Amino acid sequence: MTDTNGFSLTRRGALVSGVAAASTTALPLDAQPLPAEARAATVPVSFTVNGKKRALDLDPRVTLLDALREHLHLTGSKKGCDHGQCGACTVMVEGKRINSCLTLAVMHDGDEITTIEGLGKPGDLHPMQAAFVKHDGYQCGYCTPGQIMAAVAMLQEVKDGVPSYVSTDLTAAGRIDAQEVRERMSGNICRCAAYSNIVAAIADVAGAEDVA
Amino acid sequence: MKPFTYERATSPAAAAAAVAAKPGAKFVAGGTNLLDLMKLQIEAPTHLVDVNRLGLDTIEATPDGGLRVGALVRNTALAADSRVRRDYGVLSRALLSGASGQLRNKATTAGNLLQRTRCPYFYDTNQACNKRKPGSGCAALGGYSRALAVIGTSKDCIATHPSDMAVAMRALDATVETVDGGGRTRTIPIADFHRLPGSTPWIETALTPGEMITAVTLPAPVRGTHIYRKVRDRASYAFATISVAAILPESGTPRFAFGGLAHKPWRVAAAEARLDGGAKAIAAAALAGATPTSQNAYKIPLVERTLAAVLAEGRAA
Repeated sequence: MTDTNGFSLTRRGALVSGVAAASTTALPLDAQPLPAEARAATVPVSFTVNGKKRALDLDPRVTLLDALREHLHLTGSKKGCDHGQCGACTVMVEGKRINSCLTLAVMHDGDEITTIEGLGKPGDLHPMQAAFVKHDGYQCGYCTPGQIMAAVAMLQEVKDGVPSYVSTDLTAAGRIDAQEVRERMSGNICRCAAYSNIVAAIADVAGAEDVA
Repeated sequence: MKPFTYERATSPAAAAAAVAAKPGAKFVAGGTNLLDLMKLQIEAPTHLVDVNRLGLDTIEATPDGGLRVGALVRNTALAADSRVRRDYGVLSRALLSGASGQLRNKATTAGNLLQRTRCPYFYDTNQACNKRKPGSGCAALGGYSRALAVIGTSKDCIATHPSDMAVAMRALDATVETVDGGGRTRTIPIADFHRLPGSTPWIETALTPGEMITAVTLPAPVRGTHIYRKVRDRASYAFATISVAAILPESGTPRFAFGGLAHKPWRVAAAEARLDGGAKAIAAAALAGATPTSQNAYKIPLVERTLAAVLAEGRAA
């Protein structure tokens, strides 16, 4: 997170120090180790995240989302429902968008993973990030990383000739309009309902990429 | 999730042998339904055998003009394959009507066939469900049953099979290829693959323990108009209240398979012979013997009306 207003304490920092304060009066979470039968043998896994090779030794229960957030501290991908219904955890694996909450990290040995942190950065935004800013495509922002990852990968799907349920001709070349955007983005929920501006942002980028 | 051990399989036969050898073991492919259920502890496998890297992800032409779809072909890849789009439109449309873009990129052909019902009482571990806990009863009977089955039900279960893809495959007369723990292979017609609930609703398919799907084969294409019409409570990313997979050839017998009606894709040969009688006659034959609840009786007229729309679309095509 880049400090843009001179206020050095981030929201995450505040939450962490809050937890630390609370734990002085309560038992630390690791005070009672799990019984042996409740622990699973760890499995080594290595993959590339945003161009960087990463090697982890994980309990097989760790989802890709938790590996990214809790083990690699890439907290841009969000945990909304944790059941593949909201899309907040959307990342790209081998260039394809998936719900990172519904896959185990150990299933991705050797894979190339892109998260919102790998798409662009402050001062050098990806065109989709810039379009979301320009069109005000969010309110609280929690779903935004997932929306942006899904939108970028979705436009690639259109270019690759993947049809949608609302495509009138299954065999025609990919084209995109507002109805297509809404259908193809239905796996991403926005609780603030910023949908009209999200559609405008995506359509803007789609036009620039000449798929309109 | 309950703890489990994990291994990456080296071949389909080795994967089947590994699952057959260990009680409580399961295959994991896309994982989109299995992990969902494991987080709720509705599924609690003791061992997972990862079958993702066995080379089962290709779509190949068969000598008789059909397609052999590898078990691990993702739903998006199958829907977008140029041969499927051109010759099996009903399948492409059915796949695209299901789930979300993210899920279709991960979910596999075999996994789609093996997904569990979304009956709310199956998902709620505080409720009785014979499918989740054999012998515990069925809370859906007399409960909230609006989305549930109207035909082929039993006193023990009124769940529906949630797949759209399987409904299209039923209309296409696909066959399922498997390998078991002993390395034996067999093919199962899609009509016999999913079971009606009867008194053992927890047994959902014809697969034996450890038997693994390796491919789904589509026969040579049926020329004509392919339609998949799905009726649901919201415009996208929702399960069907009812759906119709239709293949309307220029001449000859049409094919109609239905989703959202039963524990398996529903297809009745007698109904397909009633085209001259229009939607009313086809629906009446397809739904003969239906036993809807007061909450899902709306599906009976909805089938006829959806069929009428499908036939009109076919005439206009």
